[in-house]
Amino acid sequence: MFYREAGQYKASYQADQAIFPIAQDRIVVVALLAVAFLVVPFVVSEYTYRAVLIPVVILSLAAIGLNVLMGYCGQVSLGSGAFMAVGAYAAFNLSVRLPFLNPFVCILLGGFVAAGVGIAFGVPSLRIKGFYLACATLAAQFFADWAFLRIKWFTNYTPSGSVNAPPLQAFGYDLSSPTANYLVSLVFAVVLGLAAKNIVRGHVGRQWMAIRDMDIAAEIIGVRPMYAKLTAFAVSSFLIGVAGGLWAFVYLGSWEPAAFSIDRSFQLMFMVIIGGLGSILGSVLGAAFIVLLPIFLNQALPPLGALFGWKISTATVSHFESMIFGALIVFFLIVEPHGLARLWSVAKEKLRLWPFPH
Amino acid sequence: MAFFLEVLIGGLLAGVLYSLVALGFVLIFKASGVFNFAQGAMVLTAALALVRTLDIAQKEWHWPFGLALAAGFAFAAVVMAVIAWAAERMVLRKLVNQEGIILFMATIGMTFFIEGLAQTLFGADVYPLNIGLPKEPVFILESVFDGGILVNELDIWAAVIAGLLVAGLALFFQRTRIGRALRAVADDHAAAQSVGIPLNQIWFIVWLVAGLVALVAGAVWGSKLGVQFSLSLLALKALPVLILGGFTSVPGAIIGGLIIGAGEKLAEVFVGPSMGGGIEIWFAYVLALLFLLVRPQGLFGERIIERV
Repeated sequence: MFYREAGQYKASYQADQAIFPIAQDRIVVVALLAVAFLVVPFVVSEYTYRAVLIPVVILSLAAIGLNVLMGYCGQVSLGSGAFMAVGAYAAFNLSVRLPFLNPFVCILLGGFVAAGVGIAFGVPSLRIKGFYLACATLAAQFFADWAFLRIKWFTNYTPSGSVNAPPLQAFGYDLSSPTANYLVSLVFAVVLGLAAKNIVRGHVGRQWMAIRDMDIAAEIIGVRPMYAKLTAFAVSSFLIGVAGGLWAFVYLGSWEPAAFSIDRSFQLMFMVIIGGLGSILGSVLGAAFIVLLPIFLNQALPPLGALFGWKISTATVSHFESMIFGALIVFFLIVEPHGLARLWSVAKEKLRLWPFPH
Repeated sequence: MAFFLEVLIGGLLAGVLYSLVALGFVLIFKASGVFNFAQGAMVLTAALALVRTLDIAQKEWHWPFGLALAAGFAFAAVVMAVIAWAAERMVLRKLVNQEGIILFMATIGMTFFIEGLAQTLFGADVYPLNIGLPKEPVFILESVFDGGILVNELDIWAAVIAGLLVAGLALFFQRTRIGRALRAVADDHAAAQSVGIPLNQIWFIVWLVAGLVALVAGAVWGSKLGVQFSLSLLALKALPVLILGGFTSVPGAIIGGLIIGAGEKLAEVFVGPSMGGGIEIWFAYVLALLFLLVRPQGLFGERIIERV
């Protein structure tokens, strides 16, 4: 009843190609952004910031990055943790060696460094695909783990191997409070997420999808595979690298290479699969789901076990978590390969007809 | 020279164990075209089931060692059969005709599920495993080199077991009815089905065989390092082994494992110190990638991989 597009005429190509062609969608998006920027900072607690909001926002950005590569261009990557690490350590090195730079500029530049590294590790994708590419990106992951642990220059010769982010401030304002951390991450995620959405709608994104769906056919209609794949690697690694810089500077504050281990790569891959391959919205939904589920289980399982007289330790909870993630991955691949994003669009279809389904 | 040989032999013997894990991958890949990431988790599960049954049978029921060991292996084999059945019934059958990479991601999901389940059921500590293999370090070739070469008896036994296993598998594949059916399925799914080979049954059998290989690998690795979570990370080490040896070749898995094992140890000992040490974790991958540029189908792989 409320979600009708009847009567919304598109009188120009611009209106037809708009990012949110339906007026209700525009209203919802603006309302969501308004709540996220204007209401949330006044109501949530510090715990919610640290445990939920900041991780969801930053990991959404990383998941969007991985989705560009996996969902839109069809190149499997098991090395996204490595690109986060590259972004984080590049930003750290820039801030140490060029102390006059603002930390947020360092994060952005770190993204560009990650893009460069991503292109380098994307070169094998021109020759190989599938498992072989997964293996190549896994090589990137292990190499990064090793390099940031053993090559002392990257950590600026800190004896412990753990490095600290510079104090966060911009234009003379101190941005180290949780609220400021959240808002800064949100600005990065919204701006870059919007940019990613527009890129995948544009000609570059269409090239990626053509390559994903059938590379030979794409080549025949004039898509250059090298250009398409390397741009996908570059854009994806840039987004993941910026997310890595944010994760390190804004969320962690001080970190070790273990923060970007292969578990992080798998976590991002789960977000993309559960959220929906080839959907920006899905990346955000997937990130929220993957961050919230362990918190929920930690809260819910011990009381639930107590009902039956079992004592459930935190180790058991983490095993349950791994089981549930595994089962969900298989479930989504079998039942709904387009993930949560597809469920959302099904709901929208239903809403269009509601309450008169015929 | 003696030191070089010592490192080389140590590496080769570690490589035997990589081969054991890679073997399970190859079996499943040949028969069902699935790259089974869950092989490492299966190794962990088999080893956990074995060690826990062994412990309980010996300590609580006071069974003699031989009987307890047999019970442990039998129970672990049953667990592997259940996993094989569930994998075929609940995952593979639903994803028939999907792209390989979708199946690959499904097996990653299975990995997490199996790991979580195994650790919930059997516990998540480090369990020492003793299946009766000697563990004494011995010196060999003392007449040739001054002081001889130090090797661990356990590693030699592992090599013997791996050899027996490969011989047994070869016999099974070449001489039995089921083996012939397995080879037919590996050759061409559709053709095999059209002459009346039940695909679902074959897939179950091949997952079961891979599970039993995982059990052997788990038993040997477990007695070397203790049964612990890191066993499931072996799957990651098997990837470069497969690239090197070819995805479809049993001898390739063996040779690839030996090359990776030896290369890794030699690189760590002789090149590692100049690069800060610890290069073991990525050396295998870089070796495999370099190899990929020269010979994409691996040493013994059958077909040229699809070029992009």
